[in-house]
Amino acid sequence: MKPLAWLLFGAAALAATPAYAHLVETGFGAFYDGIAHVVLTPADLLAVLALALLAGQRGTSAARFALFALPLAWFGGGLIGAHWPAAGTLSPGTTLTFLLGGALVALDARIRDVGVALFAVAAGSLHGLVNGATMTPSGASGLALGGAITAVFVVMALVAAEVTALPAGWPRIAVRVGGSWIAAAGLLMLGWLARGG
Amino acid sequence: MMKAFAPQRPRATTPALFAVLLLAPLAALAHEETGQAAGFVAGLGHPVSGLDHVLAMVAVGLWGAVLGAPPIWVLPVAFPLVMALGGLIGLLGIPLPGVEVGIAISAVVLGAMVLAEVRPPIWLAAVIVAFFAVFHGHAHGRELPEGTSALLYSLGFVVATGLLHAAGILLGTARRWAAGRQAVRVAGGGVALAGLFFLWRAIA
Repeated sequence: MKPLAWLLFGAAALAATPAYAHLVETGFGAFYDGIAHVVLTPADLLAVLALALLAGQRGTSAARFALFALPLAWFGGGLIGAHWPAAGTLSPGTTLTFLLGGALVALDARIRDVGVALFAVAAGSLHGLVNGATMTPSGASGLALGGAITAVFVVMALVAAEVTALPAGWPRIAVRVGGSWIAAAGLLMLGWLARGG
Repeated sequence: MMKAFAPQRPRATTPALFAVLLLAPLAALAHEETGQAAGFVAGLGHPVSGLDHVLAMVAVGLWGAVLGAPPIWVLPVAFPLVMALGGLIGLLGIPLPGVEVGIAISAVVLGAMVLAEVRPPIWLAAVIVAFFAVFHGHAHGRELPEGTSALLYSLGFVVATGLLHAAGILLGTARRWAAGRQAVRVAGGGVALAGLFFLWRAIA
């Protein structure tokens, strides 16, 4: 190999940028990439679903609090995470949010509105931190974060509203079963994380 | 005439091509969550791949139908959680002796409960189901296929198990008719007999 070729080889190796390992590219722009990110990241989606089921289960007042608390906390966490790459290491903690949320739904836990809102803030902050820390290195802008919290808001609004309107009886039991499934998946995921899988 | 193949020296363009390939990570837009669809489908399919698990899960639903409300929904809510706990124990490397025997006995006991239409207090029914759920989770919850998403595999596994319960509950609704009631009891007897076969196979 000629020296010039080696030089080119070395320059290219230095110039190679990190692969976009986290953010999905829809081709429609950063905003839609952010939406796709939440929808295609099971840990995020399960957390939103668990929160929505819990908020809906606890009634309209709790659902209204959580509907705004979760996306706002998610956004705040995302902004912090964007400047704190180390927050990406909190990723395993996101399993705990949907595990706990699902368990509370399965138990039909009588939590006050403030408690639901606080849980939404804690979960949103954590997921937002991880989102911000993992999306930013892949070149995601604030617009992607905006897309992510829009997805969170829409899923939360649709599911919580449906659950709030459910009559007593089997439909409410189905919600508890759904919570039980989410929590069970979280428990198994904890095992996989402990195992390093 | 065909040209003879002979080893060739790399051309000067080869390193340049290599260099271009090194820039390829730009095109790697893969999401970090890989094997999602495969993981979920594998998880959905796993519980129905073993007849012992299928029969025991359907029997949980049948017994719930025999017991009526509230056990009819308490059992399907409690079972996945305790089963996942069993899976967690397995994933943490904590051994559970006699897993296959436990699964076989679960089919025998649950089938017998349906056959005899046993109606214990709700706490006792929950304890019985939870006890056997640990064995099912320990045996089946930790068999992740290579390259699949662990979370979606787990979710698929749990959902499939829950749907088997639902199938049992639906079959159990036949109890509203006299012939249906007998059919449900016969189904319970069939599960118990199959459990005895599994038990014999596990011990032999």
